[in-house]
Amino acid sequence: MNRSLSGLLPGRSSQPGKRVLPGFALSLGISLFFISVVLILPITGLVVHTAGMGWDQYLAVITDERVVASYKVTLWTAALASVINALVGLLLAWVLVRYEFPGKRIMDALVDLPFALPTAVAGITLAALFAQDGWYGQFFSLLGIKVSFTPLGIIVAMSFTSLPFVVRTVQPVLEDQAPEDEEAAVSLGASDWTVFRRILFPAIWPALLTGFGLCFCRSLGEFGAVIFIAGNMPYVSEITSLMIFVRLQEFDHAAASAIASVVLMASLVLLLLINLWQARYLRRLHGR
Amino acid sequence: MSISIEGITKNFGSFQALKNISLEIPDGQLVGLLGPSGSGKTTLLRIIAGLESADEGRILFHGEDVTRLHVRERRVGFVFQHYALFRHMTVAQNVAFGLDVLPSRERPPAAEIHKRVQMLLEMVQLGHLADRYPAQLSGGQKQRIALARALSMKPQILLLDEPFGALDAKVRKDLRRWLRTLHEEFHFTSVFVTHDQEEALELSDQVAVMSAGKIEQVDTPQKLYAQPSSRFVFDFLGQVNVFRGERSDSTLRQGDAWVRLPDAAGATSLQLYMRSHEVRLQTTPAAHAHLPLRIESVSLVGAEVRLELSPVGWASDEPWEVGITHAQFNTWQPQRGDQCFAVPQVAHLIEVDAHTPHTLRWEAGEMDDPAAMI
Amino acid sequence: MQQRRTMRAGDQPLVKWTLIGLAIITTLLMLVIPLVLIFDMAFSAGVGNYWDNLSNQYTRHAIGLTLLVAALTVPINLVFGVFLAWLVTRFEFPGRKVLITLIDIPFAVSPVVAGLLYLLLYGSNGWIGSWLTENDVQLMFSWPGIVMVTVFVTCPFVARELIPLMQQQGGEEEEAGVVLGANGWQLFRRITLPNIQWALLYGVVLTNARAVGEFGAVSVVSGNIRGETNTLSLHVELLYQDYNVVGAFAAASLLAGIALITIVVKSFVEWRQARQRAPLDELSDGR
Repeated sequence: MNRSLSGLLPGRSSQPGKRVLPGFALSLGISLFFISVVLILPITGLVVHTAGMGWDQYLAVITDERVVASYKVTLWTAALASVINALVGLLLAWVLVRYEFPGKRIMDALVDLPFALPTAVAGITLAALFAQDGWYGQFFSLLGIKVSFTPLGIIVAMSFTSLPFVVRTVQPVLEDQAPEDEEAAVSLGASDWTVFRRILFPAIWPALLTGFGLCFCRSLGEFGAVIFIAGNMPYVSEITSLMIFVRLQEFDHAAASAIASVVLMASLVLLLLINLWQARYLRRLHGR
Repeated sequence: MSISIEGITKNFGSFQALKNISLEIPDGQLVGLLGPSGSGKTTLLRIIAGLESADEGRILFHGEDVTRLHVRERRVGFVFQHYALFRHMTVAQNVAFGLDVLPSRERPPAAEIHKRVQMLLEMVQLGHLADRYPAQLSGGQKQRIALARALSMKPQILLLDEPFGALDAKVRKDLRRWLRTLHEEFHFTSVFVTHDQEEALELSDQVAVMSAGKIEQVDTPQKLYAQPSSRFVFDFLGQVNVFRGERSDSTLRQGDAWVRLPDAAGATSLQLYMRSHEVRLQTTPAAHAHLPLRIESVSLVGAEVRLELSPVGWASDEPWEVGITHAQFNTWQPQRGDQCFAVPQVAHLIEVDAHTPHTLRWEAGEMDDPAAMI
Repeated sequence: MQQRRTMRAGDQPLVKWTLIGLAIITTLLMLVIPLVLIFDMAFSAGVGNYWDNLSNQYTRHAIGLTLLVAALTVPINLVFGVFLAWLVTRFEFPGRKVLITLIDIPFAVSPVVAGLLYLLLYGSNGWIGSWLTENDVQLMFSWPGIVMVTVFVTCPFVARELIPLMQQQGGEEEEAGVVLGANGWQLFRRITLPNIQWALLYGVVLTNARAVGEFGAVSVVSGNIRGETNTLSLHVELLYQDYNVVGAFAAASLLAGIALITIVVKSFVEWRQARQRAPLDELSDGR
């Protein structure tokens, strides 16, 4: 039976050039050309640029106080936003998969809104919502909490824009859960919480972690949604993406490249880790 | 159109799927490639079709070397194991596909294509389903459509990959009959792959039994069954009763059981293979064999009564199975727990480490006690 | 119907409706109300004012530029996405997995970094850029640069939609087509395309939405010249920074409208795919 799967695998041949399905050369050519020109070339441009900088100058730029402050701000706000999204995302995924209720289809569709909405629009909207006299901001003011122009605002923005990731990664895994496992446990007298903790959670935590990773990755790079609400005060609420932008506007291309190289390396490493994790633990490559 | 397979070798990485396979398939024959999974039979079929290419060897259609020819040019009909029907086309569009994609100078006019499709659908008796989609069909219906589609291009060679594997027994039987009928009518050369020995033996003009990338035996079903040339074929085809023992003088012994052999020379560790119809049961032992058995179950299935027996005073890896006629059953009335003796009339002797069996026969006159016969 | 459903964790009404309630509140707070705000603010000075804002010449230019960018980006990425998906799902070759990972790069990279990459390469100081300047070609700080950077940022979407689907569908139907004599184009048009059409549609719609809404990368390469190199997203920022809040939200409302259309299309696509998938699952049970 094993060999009969060969019909489902991509056309196999030990003699390249004798492939059964057509279009290998053409699609390979186009794909490689596109990827090289659009993706690889610009990255090498950055590498060349920063290489020409000299190690000392490079180090000085990326360890500049203000820049380091921006790393910290970006990292901890992204982490917090991702944690929040992990919880909220789990709740939404659970409700969408397990229950029927009026408006469910609309909720399911709306989860994708942050993905489809331009970040600048999200930015000004959140800024308006959380301004001191904004619809939400006024309540926070009563409590003495300031959201806009603080890291709290950054967290809100990052949370909004990366919300879909956890939901869409966890949903398919929850859908695949066989009811029999739970039913067996419940029939043996396990409480809901026990069932969740010992049967469901072990099945979904890889997806949850993947979703968290994707949230984190996206939040690290989030720009448009953040800059309107954050206030962008150096050392307090200035994210690294903005730092790059600022250096560019100062025409300090070298510094901008240096900082960008750090961000790029971090993103690529993170991407690699997430992909490796997904390959190991998730059957589906892109949970929607 | 005859098919010649010469010296085909195929590796997938370090795994050798086919080892120097050669096979001749005469024009108009229905040949079954039979073997367990991993034996390479599907790979061989796909190489004949051109869906895989071999590392070494040649494939010839009617004497013409097609090894380098792309599958599209080979003009074979191929029926996939999971049908591979085009899910977004109706049944009629599926069957018409091969004709629709012909280059314009070769393509018949639309009306003729329509006629041909109708004819093919009638042939598989599914004309009324022409406008359905594959998802709306049952497994057996999908298989027939896949067949009709494969035949739409009037191929001279039809290749089928485990065509009936996923269907229930009744549907399988019907489809087998179909295939045989079609084959008689259209005289194409067919090769099909299966792991079901009953199917292979019933359908084929010739069966090639494959194991681990090699062909063990190629023969007509009758010869294959009656004269298996190797232990593997024996084990694979049909049920077999085995008596394992040590030879001393001319007697093969194990525990309380023994069988007299024609000569004393040769290896000492031997196995005696007997098919269920090559053994008779008696209430007393014969002169040339003493094989006591106890009846474990009696099964009145179909044309004969099958008895399952366990050895008494000796051991076998699997229980023995012997068939008796209903007439004999009525006379004897065997019950669970009854004891009897097996008397082989034909048996196949194999050395424990060898592969080639040696057939032994005993004359009817060697039975001592006719009255003891059942 | 509820009687027959067996009890799974969280099925008791109390737990269930609490969770649903929480989810609905969260959705309202995080997703619905922000949407409402956009339109509320946009129309806060009256409908007439809204139309004036939209028909302002700079806004019109921004809309036009944005449409141009989308009109160029979407077809390019569509073609690329289809070829890449065909390549990695229908053939085996060394480096296949690497390609699949590479395509995720724009997904992981910050848009500002993306913009910077292009600026460095094609700007007047870059190694290609200096050559371009010598030949009087300017890509950065004008619309070609915006298109290029948008192509970078949106290139994964079509491929990411197609690849899992085409992998799941497997190449057997195409193989059957080849045996019956079809050539490459016939295979694609008659067999592959109908099987992927909904995913393709969604990929296109998503690419479009992201192309229209790209902000960070475009900020870097556009030069922000009002009436010349401002896309609609940049224009929103411009208006906001000019304290023309209503105008900013008016422009934003257009973008929000596109986002809404996008999620409606996605819903539709998923509904169609669910309808297709149900009988397909029966097919695969034939094993």
